[in-house]
Amino acid sequence: MIQIVFFFFAAVTVGAAINVIAQKHVLYSALSLILLLTAMSVLFILLRADFLAVIQVIVYAGAIMVLFIFVIMLLNLPRDEDGADRLRWLKFIGIPLGLFFLFLVGATVWNVEPSSAQPQLVGSAQAIGQSLFTDYVLPFEATSLLILIALIGAVVFAKKDL
Amino acid sequence: MIEYLTSSVFIILMIKIIVIFGGVMGALAYLTWVERKVMARVQMRPGPTRVGPYGLLQPIADGLKFLFKEDVVPTNANRFLYIAAPVISLIPALLSFSVIPFGPWLQVTDLSVGLLFIFAITSLGVYGIALGGWASNSKYPLMGAMRSSAQMISYELSLTLSVVGVLMIANTLSLNQLVLSQRNTWLGFLPRWNIFVQPVAFLVYVVSAIAETNRLPFDLAESEQELVAGWHTEYSSLKFAMFMLAEYANMVTVSALATIMFLGGWSGPMFGPGWMQAILPTIWFVLKIFVFIFFYVLLRSTIPRFRYDQLMKFGWKVLLPLSLANIVATSFIVAIS
Repeated sequence: MIQIVFFFFAAVTVGAAINVIAQKHVLYSALSLILLLTAMSVLFILLRADFLAVIQVIVYAGAIMVLFIFVIMLLNLPRDEDGADRLRWLKFIGIPLGLFFLFLVGATVWNVEPSSAQPQLVGSAQAIGQSLFTDYVLPFEATSLLILIALIGAVVFAKKDL
Repeated sequence: MIEYLTSSVFIILMIKIIVIFGGVMGALAYLTWVERKVMARVQMRPGPTRVGPYGLLQPIADGLKFLFKEDVVPTNANRFLYIAAPVISLIPALLSFSVIPFGPWLQVTDLSVGLLFIFAITSLGVYGIALGGWASNSKYPLMGAMRSSAQMISYELSLTLSVVGVLMIANTLSLNQLVLSQRNTWLGFLPRWNIFVQPVAFLVYVVSAIAETNRLPFDLAESEQELVAGWHTEYSSLKFAMFMLAEYANMVTVSALATIMFLGGWSGPMFGPGWMQAILPTIWFVLKIFVFIFFYVLLRSTIPRFRYDQLMKFGWKVLLPLSLANIVATSFIVAIS
């Protein structure tokens, strides 16, 4: 049963990912990205990482992508058709680089031992909170500082005279 | 696979889903009747009276009418997204009922992160509105969609943050555990509801919830005088009905969440024989939700609409700081005690 669910949503994830780059219309690409994020959160649930799954939808699909869609809708961009010729040389570099990346990811995944940690103990909200505020407190605070700086930067850009 | 499909676990789950889904859909249909009737009485009108006694068959007549009306798709609309938008807004609205505990046993599944699940799912509902407005390829819907999504994003912040204080006290994200944590009483008569310990959070939550569901006095997205009907101006027949169902479903969801977090959910006095004890929690829960719905309808029929800049200022400069201050104060008190 779980396998059926996994393969279905894995297929949706991969299909949506391909669709993001295959679509000519930017809005459809953004919508595929939302589908991708939602399908991926199901994969997180299958790994018993409920909290991550939900946060992924809240933060990425529910907040960040809304702004993307907003901008795309307001700008009403034309279909991107003549842009493809200009970057033709990228195809020749892109394909070998992509294959190399795929090889790297595959090799890493192949070599990793299955984790012996209890999935319920790692993926719950309590466990993530615990590790964020003990082992990873410095990266956590550094990230929040970075976000704060970005926020202030955005305000400075938006307001011409403060 | 076959064993699972015939096991009693699966069958009980299916029965629960059918009971909850059927109950919710019926309730949503009759909410339109309640809203029209209450609003009419507030404004000294009789309301619907023609179809059935007290107009009680009106929702059925309306439903049939929605089914048989011509389904119009504007010529220049983006056909695919135009048809998908109502579905995108209805599915998340109905999906959130899968984790709401209607009683100690009447709950489809008790997720450990149930509360966040509802916030995640309902935040996807914005896409239905945004896409519907954009795909109509018409001015008023686009304006309405933009307003509505900006409003929903803004008020989602204070809605989510107002809940944090309650979570710190209850120490859980599961909705059923939240209800269980409020079951006892103080001094023998005052129920241990979070509304008494988190009054500020309750106020912020209720106000943001009204804005989040695009209801008056915050229904800038469909302000008739300026935008005809906002994002669903071009929609007709069943697609319009789906938008409306989603709106009512969201209303019930935020009311149910308010009940669960601040008013003790399905807990209440238990008495009578066994079969009554089994259904009493559900009755308490539904009654508490109904109080909120009634309040919504009263607001709609008595209060004028905000201006758009007032709405944004109120959300960002009043509600958001208030909910942040509430979090700081609550965490301080929780840390001390």
